[in-house]
Amino acid sequence: MDELNSLMHGFSVALTPMNLGFMLVGILLGVLIGVLPGLGGANGVAILLPLTFAMGSTPEGQVSAIILLSCIYWGALFGGAITSILFNIPGEPWSVATTFDGYPMAQQGKAGEALAAAFTSSFIGAFVAVVMITFLAPSVAKFALRFGPPEFFAVYLLTFCSFVGMTKSPPMKTVAAMMLGFALATVGLDTVTGQLRLTFGFTDMMKGFDFLIAVIGLFGIGEILLTLEEGLHFKGEQGKMRMKVVLETWKELPKYWKTSIRSSLIGCWMGITPGGATPASFMGYGVAKRFSPNGKNFGKGEIEGVIAPETAAHAAGTSALLPMLTLGIPGSPTAAVLLGGLLIWGLQPGPLLFEEKKDFVWGLIASMYLGNIAGLIVVLTTVPLFASILRIPFSIIAPVILVICAIGAFTVHSSMFDVWLMLLFGVVGYVFKKLDYPLAPMVLALVLGDRAEDAFRQSMLASQGSMTVFFSNSLVGTITTLALLMLFWTPLSAVIGRLRKA
Amino acid sequence: MNNASEKSAVRVRTVDIATAVIIFSLGAIVCWDSYRLGAGWATDGPESGYFPFYIGLILCAASVINFVNALRVENQADGDASFVSIASLKMVCSVLIPTIIYVALIGGVGPIPGLGIYVASAIFVAMFMRWLGKYRWPLTLAVSVSVPIVFFLMFEIWFNVPLPKGPLEAMIGLD
Repeated sequence: MDELNSLMHGFSVALTPMNLGFMLVGILLGVLIGVLPGLGGANGVAILLPLTFAMGSTPEGQVSAIILLSCIYWGALFGGAITSILFNIPGEPWSVATTFDGYPMAQQGKAGEALAAAFTSSFIGAFVAVVMITFLAPSVAKFALRFGPPEFFAVYLLTFCSFVGMTKSPPMKTVAAMMLGFALATVGLDTVTGQLRLTFGFTDMMKGFDFLIAVIGLFGIGEILLTLEEGLHFKGEQGKMRMKVVLETWKELPKYWKTSIRSSLIGCWMGITPGGATPASFMGYGVAKRFSPNGKNFGKGEIEGVIAPETAAHAAGTSALLPMLTLGIPGSPTAAVLLGGLLIWGLQPGPLLFEEKKDFVWGLIASMYLGNIAGLIVVLTTVPLFASILRIPFSIIAPVILVICAIGAFTVHSSMFDVWLMLLFGVVGYVFKKLDYPLAPMVLALVLGDRAEDAFRQSMLASQGSMTVFFSNSLVGTITTLALLMLFWTPLSAVIGRLRKA
Repeated sequence: MNNASEKSAVRVRTVDIATAVIIFSLGAIVCWDSYRLGAGWATDGPESGYFPFYIGLILCAASVINFVNALRVENQADGDASFVSIASLKMVCSVLIPTIIYVALIGGVGPIPGLGIYVASAIFVAMFMRWLGKYRWPLTLAVSVSVPIVFFLMFEIWFNVPLPKGPLEAMIGLD
């Protein structure tokens, strides 16, 4: 049981008073971010990342910094449910499915039950995912130690092809968004040859496009513009939490163990493959609706309709960190921002991280257990506070959020050009969202562009420009074939469907 | 969101086509610049433009398909739908335009010096609350002055992260 020993060591790293403090601050900030429209997990972490630049210079500081940022992420995952249930406004895209049954429950005066069920099932989903990470991550990392550049490029290919095959957006729009991300990633200095690419003589372009700016613009400004279309006023139900209601809901929950297990599994799967929390929550909801004996009541305020998407979303959000830590490939935009943080602090995510930075990895994993327990307690006790924040009119909150976004964009490189870029990305995000161009693959491509290109170049170098290197052994061949299968999944499944009919 | 009574400002198809054309042009630019740098094989391996050239090509190809899809007959109903109604567009612009002015105020444009982030933020929050929120001046002033002060304390003092400052900060010696 090496994993348990490592985990215990992780607890000893994470359990310092200072780290517990960061955990609490992170959770509170995260819930706040999750509740406010326009600030979400990805851009919230992106805005706060520059504040940790100084912390990341020592190994202890790196642990504290990742605990702070990952707890913001957990908090945001919890916080999204509050607005969905009380206001019928999903604070985060992954809590859209929670509104289907959560808001009707609140209208029937059962807001307390809905919130308690949502938080508890979020916790269960996350817990299952953390246990999975604890026992699976070391083996995945050990396996990935054998990977050379062609294998890594094949895994990148698999990641991006899965987006094309699995997202609901039109495949070619996914490809376009993704390639746009790759193109933006190549702007600036080419580290291999020292040439400037795509800068057209503008000095501001030389340092390239930072994905943090893109995330703040696409998800922050874009989201606010979308919210504005609906007007400036929120109407919400009263949210009160009484201990009695919580305990009664807890007594009810074991009845739905089948739904919890199904949703946890769906979530873990969708988190590891880059599906992310949002599709996982919809899938969890859909599957529960199909299999539950109460399926026909879904949408009218069925507690199972809250449990299913919340469990899946949290399991996916958490397990997205598994490929990020072991392979350096994030499973969600927020995981991508965390990966960016690791790179900025001078850590190389990937299989070697488990060998060389044991304190960091296991400290983080231990903090996931602690952070989710802390998160559950915090959200159960602070719902009225956060619900009252949403009663502040949007015409006060919106300008403050825009100011925060501007400050966040500026602090990345202390550059005004970045603030203008953020605005541009905001408009792009607004248009892309409305036209069904997916934003997640674009952000991931922007983050992984350089690494994918390096892997590709090194593979090409080794094979003298022959593509056969991606089929040169059974391992890389299998991954590449899987990737191609995912890429052509939509047309393939259509053909299979037609053959079955015939 | 789009009631029949709400007039559409622009249809989905128009924006869809425009976006495809813009992305195609970006792809073409990427290809052209990569070709200029050399998209082939040098003595020491792939040249700088090798990888981006193919990215640009795929970008162009995907946009052509998106362009055609936007025009296809079976997508006619979707394409005729409203991208944004006039009322919504007004709402979005009433926030987007002040935000652009706000960013200009922070750093200045061309030779005109900026006011710094704190003063600009105060003006931005105040204008937003007064015009869009229709609040009375006392509340507006209270919020718009306290927000930058909180951020000043947080960034300059607590986290030691300097943000852009302007003439006011220079005058009272906080620069």
